[in-house]
Amino acid sequence: MTETLTRPLSAGAVTGEVEILDGRAWTRVCPFEELTPGRGVAVLSASGEQVAVFRDRSGALYAVDNRDPFSGAYVLSRGIVGSRAGVPTVASPMYKHVFDLRDGRCLDEETAPDGRPAVLRVWSVRVAAPEGGR
Amino acid sequence: MTTRPGAAQSLKDLVLVGHGMVGQRFLEAFVEQPGAAEWRVTVLAEEPRAAYDRVHLTSWFSGTSAEELSLTPAGFLAEHGIDLRLADPATAVDRAARTVTCASGAVLRYDALVLATGSYPFVPPVPGHDAAGCHVYRTIEDLETIRDEAAASRIGVVVGGGLLGLEAAGALTALGLETHVVEFAPRLMAIQVDEGGGRLLQRKIEGLGVNVHTGAGTQAILTGEDGRVRAMGLSDGRELPADLVVFSAGVRPRDQLARECGLPVGERGGIVVDERCRTRDPHVYAIGECALAADGRVYGLVAPGYAMAETAARSLADELREEHQFTGADTSTKLKLLGVDVASFGDAHGATEGAVDVLYSDSRAGIYKKLVIGAEGQLLGGVLVGDTEAYGLLRPLAMGGKPLQTAPEQLVLPSGLAPASGPIALPDEAVVCSCHNVSKGEIRAAVHEQGCATVPEVKKCTKAGTGCGSCVKLLGTIVTEELEAGGVTVDRSLCEHFGHTRSELYEIVRVAGIADFSELLDRHGRGGEGCDVCKPAVASILASLNNGHILDGEQGALQDTNDHFLANLQRNGSYSVVPRIPGGEITPEGLITIGEIARDHGLYTKITGGQRIDLFGASVDQLPRIWRRLVDAGFESGHAYGKSLRTVKSCVGETWCRYGVQDSVGLAIELELRYRGLRSPHKLKAAVSGCARECAEAQGKDFGVIATSAGWNLYIGGNGGMTPRHADLLAADLDRETLLKTIDRFLMFYIRTADRLERTSVWLDRIEGGLEHVRQVVLEDSLGICAELDALMDRHVDAYQDEWAAVLADPDRLRRFTSFVNAPGTPDPAVTFVPERGQIRPARPDEDGRILTPALVAGPRLEVRSA
Ligand code: SRM
Ligand SMILES: Cc1cc2nc3c(=O)[nH]c(=O)nc-3n(C[C@H](O)[C@H](O)[C@H](O)COP(=O)(O)OP(=O)(O)OC[C@H]3O[C@@H](n4cnc5c(N)ncnc54)[C@H](O)[C@@H]3O)c2cc1C
Ligand code: SF4
Ligand code: FES
Repeated sequence: MTETLTRPLSAGAVTGEVEILDGRAWTRVCPFEELTPGRGVAVLSASGEQVAVFRDRSGALYAVDNRDPFSGAYVLSRGIVGSRAGVPTVASPMYKHVFDLRDGRCLDEETAPDGRPAVLRVWSVRVAAPEGGR
Repeated sequence: MTTRPGAAQSLKDLVLVGHGMVGQRFLEAFVEQPGAAEWRVTVLAEEPRAAYDRVHLTSWFSGTSAEELSLTPAGFLAEHGIDLRLADPATAVDRAARTVTCASGAVLRYDALVLATGSYPFVPPVPGHDAAGCHVYRTIEDLETIRDEAAASRIGVVVGGGLLGLEAAGALTALGLETHVVEFAPRLMAIQVDEGGGRLLQRKIEGLGVNVHTGAGTQAILTGEDGRVRAMGLSDGRELPADLVVFSAGVRPRDQLARECGLPVGERGGIVVDERCRTRDPHVYAIGECALAADGRVYGLVAPGYAMAETAARSLADELREEHQFTGADTSTKLKLLGVDVASFGDAHGATEGAVDVLYSDSRAGIYKKLVIGAEGQLLGGVLVGDTEAYGLLRPLAMGGKPLQTAPEQLVLPSGLAPASGPIALPDEAVVCSCHNVSKGEIRAAVHEQGCATVPEVKKCTKAGTGCGSCVKLLGTIVTEELEAGGVTVDRSLCEHFGHTRSELYEIVRVAGIADFSELLDRHGRGGEGCDVCKPAVASILASLNNGHILDGEQGALQDTNDHFLANLQRNGSYSVVPRIPGGEITPEGLITIGEIARDHGLYTKITGGQRIDLFGASVDQLPRIWRRLVDAGFESGHAYGKSLRTVKSCVGETWCRYGVQDSVGLAIELELRYRGLRSPHKLKAAVSGCARECAEAQGKDFGVIATSAGWNLYIGGNGGMTPRHADLLAADLDRETLLKTIDRFLMFYIRTADRLERTSVWLDRIEGGLEHVRQVVLEDSLGICAELDALMDRHVDAYQDEWAAVLADPDRLRRFTSFVNAPGTPDPAVTFVPERGQIRPARPDEDGRILTPALVAGPRLEVRSA
């Protein structure tokens, strides 16, 4: 969980493979152009975990857990990307809880039904240069 | 019921005779009094059921059940230890012994006796008045017999053209009878309206298909050989054929018990009571329609009865203060008859010395409004026919008795013609809700002292608006004004990204021709990225205005997850699939195909509440494969996922049903195909019934159509769900073409003006002018926008294409249907199922479910079915 790439990238200028880091290795996601602005995709990490990767309208990338702590379903990648008072967010499609994409914190409720803090794990994400390899 | 042994000796006994509307209200007021616990309460009821809402009795014909009409909250009697004895009327009172004898033979002692026996319908003693086929209109049992006999009758005659008579006539028409009203007076509703209003009212009533005979007396009921009604002989010598007669010629107070025990009654009936609602005997009270109040009047309306109930309850508990004494009441009324608006309030006939009339009448539009203005310029009363919009405001103004601040003509002129002015201020004392006697001041206090911020909260807290409902609109205005005055901005903007309402955004998009979200946000928004509120709302507006496939370009990113995958998200992250089955009609082949697809993909199937089939448990990867087969078999998207038209339910109709009068299935299919895919502020549901029995439940739908022998009746604004609402009749006996045009315009007008996630029911109650306004807009083009609405609908119909077929034809749109971008084809390991009743269901967290792998689901059979 080192540097998360949230720096706006000017869309179009960027090409290359989006990758996430699951602690040990970078896992390939998909080519940057395949991400729809304002939407996410689900990714299976090398260790078998589910990660949701989003691209906002400015081109910034975010990666958080795909599991919605309120429903237990792996659906966050299908939520709508937005902002709340300047904070980049995703809204869970299940019961519409909104999460801060930068630190994974839920902005609506602090605690999940299982009693644990409603915080998503945040993953590092980057765009690797086309020739760069892993 | 509980008798409390031991405590019994120390308790005083209260016996209430009559469990009608006023009786129940008395109980509610009484149990709230400080000393109530010292009393043991017994209620004798003649009817076989606890108190119910007689005012809305007629709605029983349109499907409101006896349970829904009940006024006795569950648990109320038990909670307060009240002994209610149903179907056991009081037969005699012995005042010296202080006992009441009941029909069952029981004799009850009392310390206080409250008579709330109501009235009985007056039946003129003409020959034949008791023949088979003659009815009165007062209890649920009366209505049950009328309904049963109506099935075998063709012509119904109502005797009496007053408020109740017209209501009964409306009911007979709705039961499919040719209906006549015979009224002795020269005009309808003679008590409430004046001559001019009566004339217009008659035209309106005739417009509803009811034949009106005024100035005609009933001389005799003529019977056939079987002893049943055959015709009615009128005073002008005419003979009116009739199979069924309903007497509604006024009511008489039920004062017999009081008479027989020597209590004074009025010359024309009614138990004489004083300002405390007490009879001559200090132990006996009388309230409601059986009482002759201190002002010498017998009130035939529920609001004065409620006030008497309050008075008697306080008086008994020794809590009566001057202002609670009953010295008379307002007899304002608003007719509830479908399709005709009539209201009268205060001194409607201008009986006050020095009163002058201000009149506005437009026979073409069918509007008549008269205000009676007193010598000091105060509003005394008035009559409104055809447009009762101002009733809620005018009635309290008239009761206030203060000189008007506004020129009276401003109060009656249609809004376009009246000179502009600010809202008309009501004084704090003005009674806004006359059913529960709640003043404007009390409503304001509920908002700023008790923190009520919405109309439902204020209703709960003050009871205002929970009676006849006619004050609810005014209530809304006062609440909003009060909140705004308190510095609370009633913010109607969509979300932090747009300072507009949905309908304002719709206009911006429509007029400026904006085609994408980014442009709208940049030019009209407040910055930011958007959110899960504004994005889907804008997506819906763009789709309503036909901006191509909903998944194309930026639009795709705006959609809620359901629209994004054109399927419905379920609790475990899997999806359900609902193919369209227009009108609920499906061939055996269609059924088999759906069955085969479900079997081959291992899906759970269920018939939905919307007359179609839902297939559950699909992963996103499976969706295109499932739809490939559905589309090949001729099925289209059912839009179960969209804020758009869902289903048009049908009943089987004339084609098969022995009662049907039109082809309801045919029409339902036509409507469903016409409006399929139409995006709207919230989902739209519809239904078509083939006759008045209404098996398709059209009156519970956003738009519902009911066949009549002359055409189609169109209802709008119905809703099931959490807050059910019966639809309102928008127009009657339409031909097919006019029907389609009217629905087209209604839908487009709704789409244009509704808030986000506002069903038509809520919208109709919210928009200014309500039903009447919608009627004028879509039927009379009062806003001059019908051509535009028509063009928008034409465009929708022309541009429609099946969303799923279009997805399958485009690899770019198909790309999104993968569980994992970096591992396409790998099923979501978290979505697991277990078998139940021969199908699958999502595994619970503590269960060891199975992932349905593509290999398994692609096979011809699911294992659980292999036996
Ligand atoms: C599948 C179905 C239940 C069933 O198994 O029968 C159903 C399922 C859902 N209904 Fe419903 N409703 C279904 C018929 C109804 C009906 C009956 C009808 O249509 O005749 C009603 C009452 C009628 C009405 O809407 O006026 C109904 C009133 C609601 C409401 C309350 C709406 C309201 O105005 O109060 C909601 C909540 C909402 O929309 O906000 C709702 C919401 C839902 C949602 C979308 C809840 C959700 O977010 O998951 C359910 C998901 C649908 C899905 O396919 O996964 N559903 N729902 C029915 C699908 C009918 C169809 O063929 O399309
Ligand atoms: C179809 C219809 C529409 C109406 N519309 C309106 C309207 O729009 N606005 C309005 O203000 N009013 C309206 N009314 C009038 C309103 O219903 C009455 O004013 C109200 O019901 C009076 O209440 P109550 O308790 O005095 O009488 P009721 O509600 O009639 O109750 C009296 C009860 O006492 C019972 N009873 C009588 N004698 C005995 C006995 N000896 N022992 C035991 N029980 C006995 C009766 O069976 C009855 O159940 C309407 C009435 C009808 C029938
Ligand atoms: S009633 Fe509730 S549980 Fe049943 S389908 Fe509708 S929303 Fe789901
Ligand atoms: S006036 Fe009847 S509910 Fe308020």
